Amino acid sequence: MYEAIAFYLFSALTIGLFLITVMSKNVLYAMTSLAAGMVLISGFFFILGADFLGVVQLIVYVGAVMALYSFAMMFFDATRDIKEKNTPASLVFLLGGLSALVLVLMFAGPIHSEAIQALYPMHEGVGNAQDVGIVLFTKYLVPFEVAAVMLLVAMIAGIILAGKKMDQSLTKDTSVDDEDEILKQKDAK
Amino acid sequence: MEVVSYKNVETFVQHLPEVTALGVWIKAIIILAVISAIAGFGTYVERKVLAFMQRRLGPMHVGPYGLLQIIADGIKLFTKEDIVPQNANRFIFMVAPVITAATAFIALAAVPVFPDFTIPEWIPVIGGTFVPSIASDLNVGILFVLGMMAAGLYGPLLAGMAQANKWGIIGAARTAIQFLSYEVVTGLSILAPIMIVGSLSFVDFNAAQAGGIANWLVWKQPVAFILFLIAGFAETNRTPFDLLEHEAEVVSGYATEYSGMRWGMFFIGEYANMITISVIAAIVFLGGYSTEGLGWLWIMLKIAFFFFLMLWVRAAWPHVRPDQLMWLCWKVLMPIAVINVVITGIVMMV
Repeated sequence: MYEAIAFYLFSALTIGLFLITVMSKNVLYAMTSLAAGMVLISGFFFILGADFLGVVQLIVYVGAVMALYSFAMMFFDATRDIKEKNTPASLVFLLGGLSALVLVLMFAGPIHSEAIQALYPMHEGVGNAQDVGIVLFTKYLVPFEVAAVMLLVAMIAGIILAGKKMDQSLTKDTSVDDEDEILKQKDAK
Repeated sequence: MEVVSYKNVETFVQHLPEVTALGVWIKAIIILAVISAIAGFGTYVERKVLAFMQRRLGPMHVGPYGLLQIIADGIKLFTKEDIVPQNANRFIFMVAPVITAATAFIALAAVPVFPDFTIPEWIPVIGGTFVPSIASDLNVGILFVLGMMAAGLYGPLLAGMAQANKWGIIGAARTAIQFLSYEVVTGLSILAPIMIVGSLSFVDFNAAQAGGIANWLVWKQPVAFILFLIAGFAETNRTPFDLLEHEAEVVSGYATEYSGMRWGMFFIGEYANMITISVIAAIVFLGGYSTEGLGWLWIMLKIAFFFFLMLWVRAAWPHVRPDQLMWLCWKVLMPIAVINVVITGIVMMV
């Protein structure tokens, strides 16, 4: 009974929060509801007994949304509403409706067949993390390595794009060559 | 094909009585009451310790040795006017302190605090209930606590962004910087002990170090211990990493516009986080607790030592700048942590 109550509570809250994310014109409301929704999704993993995935969801998305906040902070005034450009409403309605329909069909497909079976059932007495690890390093080793290489490429690209002026200090006065010069100027004043 | 079981067997609690829902409720209320009280008392201890280190007396006038100062502070916090500034985002502004306090206590749910006991039979209604030492014994306790404490930083972030104050927004920006810097170091530093023990559960960590000081993980992983402590100071916003509310630079950072109990909630959250970090350090590196005899007194002493260490460092060290924190975390601590993990892996393989 507790699990059913928790499931419906989490579902209603998650859908409501993500609706706010899409509908709100205020950056702060949109971001906060996104973060809260991501945290609540980890609740579903805990209900299913997948503690490890729940915690990973928590840690990964808390950090990811925090990084999004820092961009929102740089580009928008968080205390005011944002004026959006009006796009043709019928086109948005059509595209949004179609993609929603496709998603619903995709996820509703297996339910119809009633043939959901766990391909990699959890082992009794072994932790969640071990089970995930065994599958990740045997069956899914190649996708895992490809994802790792992609992340490495993204990281190196980020460093190259952002790191052009890394050897200069942001806080040091570079208009004068050395420290003694600055002191002399101060003495002169 | 096998049916998926949705719960792991709890092999380690077989000798204990069954944990009931009522027991967990009682445990949650105990944690909330006692940790809030300790957080209040912690402010007094902090002021006294700092005063003695600076050759002052600290609070002396209210009650014997200033002990009633806590109550005076409490009355002041509870009765102060709750001000929401003009132009601020009212809802987010009012929710932010609750996030800090709530996540700090949720993190404590997966941490062993105080020994387990059974309530005597003669007490009506709740008599005979077994109260566990961990409210929710997760298999991934360490990750859960660290993740929840990370979520706690949304409090300062939202508070700073919602209050329409320039000091606040600087505090919020520093929160994001600090979070993204130390989080990597915390995770990587605690990874090496996790590899040695082979589990993410606090109970397994405790069992792995049973049998005397020689078995403590701090001797096998001294580098990880120091890295975790440094990252823990950043995680709890303690000096030398209290950039978020650095009085000399940004007035009070994210807490500038807060007053009364909403301000108080930030501080209850901060002190609860200090206790959580102390508990993690004591269990993961310093051998944890033992259930026989006075074993629980030892872990209290270890936790108290880490709490004192945080006050000691505050008295001894100056603040660092945000760019120094980023330099420290990304260019010094993270490479050391990665090398430590690699060396640990090689030693375990050979």
